[in-house]
Parts: sequence; structure tokens; C-alpha cells
Amino acid sequence: MLLRTIALRLLLGIATVLAVTLVIFAATNVIPGDAARAILGRAATPEAVAQLQAEMGLDRPLAVQYLSWLGGLMHLDFGQSLVTRGPVSDLIEPRFRNSILLLCVTAAVAIPLSVVLGVAMALGKGRAFDNVLNTILIALAGIPEFIVGIVLIVLLSTQVFQILPPTSMVPSGDSVLGHPEIMVLPVMTLVIAILPYLARLVRSALIDALASEYVVTARLKGIPERQVIIRHALRNSLLPAIQGTALSLGYILGGAVVVEFIFQYPGMGTALRDAVGSRDLLVIQSIVLIFASGYVLFNLAADILSIVVTPRLRD
Amino acid sequence: MADLTTLIDAPVLRPKRIWLETLRKSLTYRRTQIGLAITIMILLVALLGPLLSPYEPSAFIGRPFAQPSAEFWLGTDVRGRDVLSRVLNGGLAVVWMSVAAATVGIVLGASIGMLAAYSRGWFAELLMRTMDVFLALPSVIMVLMFVSLLGPQQWLIVLLVGISHMPQVARVMQGVASDIARRDFILFAEALNVPRWKILFREILPNIMTPLMVEYGIRIVWSIAGIAALSVMGYGIQPPDADWGLLINENRGRLATRPLPVLAPALLIALFALGVNLMAEGLSATISGVARKTGAR
Repeated sequence: MLLRTIALRLLLGIATVLAVTLVIFAATNVIPGDAARAILGRAATPEAVAQLQAEMGLDRPLAVQYLSWLGGLMHLDFGQSLVTRGPVSDLIEPRFRNSILLLCVTAAVAIPLSVVLGVAMALGKGRAFDNVLNTILIALAGIPEFIVGIVLIVLLSTQVFQILPPTSMVPSGDSVLGHPEIMVLPVMTLVIAILPYLARLVRSALIDALASEYVVTARLKGIPERQVIIRHALRNSLLPAIQGTALSLGYILGGAVVVEFIFQYPGMGTALRDAVGSRDLLVIQSIVLIFASGYVLFNLAADILSIVVTPRLRD
Repeated sequence: MADLTTLIDAPVLRPKRIWLETLRKSLTYRRTQIGLAITIMILLVALLGPLLSPYEPSAFIGRPFAQPSAEFWLGTDVRGRDVLSRVLNGGLAVVWMSVAAATVGIVLGASIGMLAAYSRGWFAELLMRTMDVFLALPSVIMVLMFVSLLGPQQWLIVLLVGISHMPQVARVMQGVASDIARRDFILFAEALNVPRWKILFREILPNIMTPLMVEYGIRIVWSIAGIAALSVMGYGIQPPDADWGLLINENRGRLATRPLPVLAPALLIALFALGVNLMAEGLSATISGVARKTGAR
């Protein structure tokens, strides 16, 4: 039963990714002005456009183009970059690793911090600590992430203190891992971007759980309060927290583009921005697809995890 | 039949008053009051700013990055233009574009969500699975992709950001509307053969107005972040026009020594987003009534 549910979600996830490839392909092909024209500009002669179209395989029927692109994707062949003339995967791979690193470090900081803050707020509900922190989080929730980044640069690396590098550029070829200090500000920015949402989610989920019947029953049975909170209330408030985490991580995927831009962090966001600047279509398509797949994957993981921790969702 | 129609209309009247009442009630929350005050202030700056601007926003009138002085209150920017004038002229675009984008998203998303909630069955399933596909396409990235293909036109950005809101709004509204669609008065109206579009717009819509307004506020906040981010990356409003996001893009190179031309527009964008978000928070707290019980205001 459990396996069947999971298999069904998996199929749905794959179907979604397939549909996404169709949307991306359609987007770059059906709208007026194809890739060749986009690269050459409006002043290009029809002959030059036709030649580039042939070179890029754009003169083939759309269905053939789509299937050959999809076929390439199956064995991780993203095609050729129009700018570097090399494989797209060579261009994306190091950026991909850097972005994943940024995401993982952000998640490793933000998730435990949200749980701790959320639990502390829920247990001290209505007290000064809860009110003050809740107000701060509500205020932070609305502020665009790139502004948080700018303020952090001004506070920590230029005007007030100068303890951290304001940009995250590394010498080309160097790994970000060799320069951990450049990750501090981007990670802080992204953590501040998702913390308000996640911490308040944990807070309200735990408050709801603490007021529920099974917690009251557990207390009446004389189970120590500590155990009631950890074994009963916290466990049941995991469900919204897991879903919320998947949403936040998916959001980071998109929001990271502008944060990477502000800090010039060598990730997929800056790669995308560069590709957009040079109209490198296959690179754009590939990056959009990777982001979309990541999103589907997070949600799939959250769904499966939810089913595992909540027995009543198993049928 | 006339009598029966009055009967059907009766439940419609009540929820209409309820959502107006909820709006009024939300104004008793301090966060709504602060949010409203901030939002009005930003709207005034954006709308009246161009009239108060001391110089032409795109005129080169001084040397680049001059310090603030009696002549240029906020100094000059990267090209020697008056920062204050550019700030005063740069709010209009982000204000109208983010409100318009949120409106597009709300209209599309709420329509689809309501339709899915009311029709159920395979059609509803198809609608919501389609929304899942859209949901998987990260908004900033999709907008970047289309803008790179079609050029940074303002209407295009509004439309794309609006469409990127659609799946989220549809999901939330489908959840809320599903509850309503199963209530007795809907079944009653169906039994009387009231046209389905009438049930959607006159029975279901009035009943989901308050969550819809909260969602509208949230969508404006996200639109502000998305549209400003595009400008910050150089894909929104194009030079020589003045725009808060563009100002950040143009002047971020000297953030270390001349933070004012970046911080002034950043502060205004942040305040705009903060103000609208506080109003949405206040409204949502009014609906759930939770904030009052827990003592948080």
C-alpha cells in the first residue's frame, strides 16, 4: 500500500517534469522570433538566419527537434552552448555544484533554526519573547531577499563592519569550497528569506498540536510534559513543517537567482543571467529545466516523507 | 419563481456584509494600521514624487557619485544625475506593475481554483495537475526566459509575473472554495436549476472574498519582489528611465563607498513590500482570530 502510493507520486512527478519540458520547448519555439533570429538580431539577412537555423537544427520539424532534445536529456546531454560552442553540461556542472552547496548549507542552517525558534515561540506563546520575535519575523517576511542582501553587505562588509567579502567571486576554476567565507553572506540572506515563513509555520503547527485532543489525553494519562511535547505534539506538527520546507527550498531555487546576482556568486543563477544576456537558448532551457526538476523533486520528497511520518496518510 | 430567487439571494447578502465587516475589523489590528500608513506613504511618494522632483530624472547635471549637498540632497548617481529626482520618479513603475501583476494572477488563479472546486471530477483534476506543472516553473526564471526572448516590455513582465502567481492562487482558492461548494445553500441553488456561472459568481465568490483579499495582498508583495528583482538584474525598466530597481542595478558598483543611491531606493521597495504584507497579515489574523487570542497584535 505504502509502496503503491509512493510509486504513484513518483509517476506523477515524472509526468510533471515531462510536461515542463514541453512547456519550456514550446516557449522557446512557438513564440515569435526563433532562436536564430534572437541571436542575430532584427537587422540580420534572411540568408544568415536560415544558415544559423540549419546549423542549430532549427529547420527540422518541431516534433523531431523536441524528441532529439528530450533524447539527449535522457543521458544528460544538454546540447551545445551557442556562446562557448562546447557542451552545455560543461558550462553548467560547476555552477550546479556551487548552487547545490549554497542550497544545502542554507537548509542546514535554516531548518534547525526555524524548528528551535518555532518551538520556543509556541511554548512561550503570548509571552514577550514570542511577541517580539513574531513581530520581527512578520516584518522580515515581506522584505525582498535582494534587499536583505544589500543591507547585509552594507552592515557587514562595507560601511559598518568589514568582516566579510561583499562579493562571492572566486578565481575561475577554484571551487567555492576553497573559499568558505564567500558563502556566509549569501547563506545569511537566504536563511533570512525563508526563516520567517518556516519558523512561524512550526510555531502555529505546534500551537495547534498542543491544543489537540490527543495531547490533552496524553497529559491526563500523566505522561511528563517534556515527553508530551516531544513524542506527541512535535511529531504531529512535523507534517506542515515538512511541506513548508519543500516549498521554501523550491522558493530558494528561484529566489537564489537574484541573491546570486547581488553577491556575484558563481552558481546557476548567475549562469542563467549570463545566458539570458547572451541569448544562449539551450543553456537557458537546461537551467530552467534543472530548477523545475529540483522543485518537483523537493515536493516528491516532502510527499513521501509526509506519508512515512503520518500513518493515517498511508491509504 | 420570484419568491424562490429571493430565497437564493438571501445567503448572498450576508457574506457580502461579512467581508466588508472583516475589512473594517482588521483595521483594529496595529499591524494593519502600520501597514496601511506605510503603504499610503509609499503610494504618495510614487504618485506625487514626479511633481516634487527638483531636476529632470535623466538629466546629467553633476559629476558622478557626488556626496549629498544642499544642491543634491541625496548626491548624484553613476552618471551624475540627481539621486533624489530619480528616486522620486522611480516609484510609479514598480507600484503599478506589481499591483497589475497581482491582479492578473488573482483573476486567473481564483477563476481556475473556483472552477476546479465546483466542477470536481476529471476536469478539476486536469485543471489542478496543469497548475502543478506551472508551479514547477520557478517564476523569476520563467520571466527571465521569456523576457530574454521577447524583450523587456512592461506589459509582458506584468503578464508573466501574473501568470506565475496563477498556480499558487488556484491551489489556495480551490481549497477554500471546495469547502463552500459542498454547503447546503449551493446544493439548494443547484436543485433550483440556477445557472452554474451564477452559482460560481453569486454564491461561491462572495464567500471566499476575505481569503481572496489576503491572497491578493500576498501576491502584491511577491510581485514587488519579483518585478524589482528583474530591474535589479537589468531586465526590467530600461535606462534612461528612472526606476527603484534599476537605480540599485546602476549604482551597486560603488555600494562600498557611496551606499545612498542604492540604499534609498532599496528602502522604498522594502517599505512598500512591508506595508502591503502587514495589511495582509492583519487581515488574515482577523479571519482566523488567532492573533487576538494569543495576545499578539
